Amino acid sequence: MDLKVGDTHEAVVIDNVTRTHVVKYAGAGGDFNPLHHDDEFAKERGGYPSVFAHGMFSMGLTGRMLTDWLGPTALKKYGVRFTRQVWPGDTLTARGEVTEVKDEGGEKLATIKVVTVNQNGESVVEGEAVAAI
Amino acid sequence: MADGFQFPVDRSAVMLFARSLGDIRPEFSDPDDPATKAVGGIVVPPTFVQSSAHWQPDYPLDLTRPRKPGAQASRGEGGGGGGLGRGLHAEQHYEYHHPIHAGDTLTVTTRPGERWEKQGRRGGKLLFSETITEYRNQDGVLCVTARSVGVQTERAVDQ
Repeated sequence: MDLKVGDTHEAVVIDNVTRTHVVKYAGAGGDFNPLHHDDEFAKERGGYPSVFAHGMFSMGLTGRMLTDWLGPTALKKYGVRFTRQVWPGDTLTARGEVTEVKDEGGEKLATIKVVTVNQNGESVVEGEAVAAI
Repeated sequence: MADGFQFPVDRSAVMLFARSLGDIRPEFSDPDDPATKAVGGIVVPPTFVQSSAHWQPDYPLDLTRPRKPGAQASRGEGGGGGGLGRGLHAEQHYEYHHPIHAGDTLTVTTRPGERWEKQGRRGGKLLFSETITEYRNQDGVLCVTARSVGVQTERAVDQ
């Protein structure tokens, strides 16, 4: 893959998060913390206005942007910080930007800055990936 | 979890995980697709190893899981969750060393990493703790190293 510094890729990875999306991720991922599916629990035990999506749901959706762009086996590293919660009704756009391309051990590696934002432009996930290209 | 637990990578589980992230690419579901054959069979999404939670014996974030009499979910911070009410997942990092394929059986071992404290913006301490998890396949090859950072807050997180 021919990538150079400054190249970007952007995708709307989910349009209008519903509780059903979150429950489906819980079932697949195995994290059944009631904060993510039980509104009463989220309000009374957590002090939150409602349920919110798993951080790993945001990271997984952001990962889809990366594998759609770079292929399913390209990633060497992928890490994020969860910067803001994702609530029902949110729409998320994931964006990657190549910040470095180098040769290492006979492989061409691209470092990619990753940011996913909600419909207000606020980041929910920030991180970095390294991919073999 | 020094001895680890076994995590069989099942094709249906991979498909369901990918689908839950809106991902229908053939390499995660269809073994007969040319794209899948080109990568040596079904591979897994970047965050798939998180679903090893289903096989983790003392996984704390599934209180409705049926358990043997006397057994109970641990209250530890493992698995990236960090407790039910006040804990949050702060960071997650993966290093990919070797591909994981449907049909593999992974051995999952977990160890605690660093711990540190930070003062929250509105007062109250934030307690961070790291968990390092390694996923090795049936040939003993290290496939993925995961580093999870959980944070416990003394009060509800700022909104």
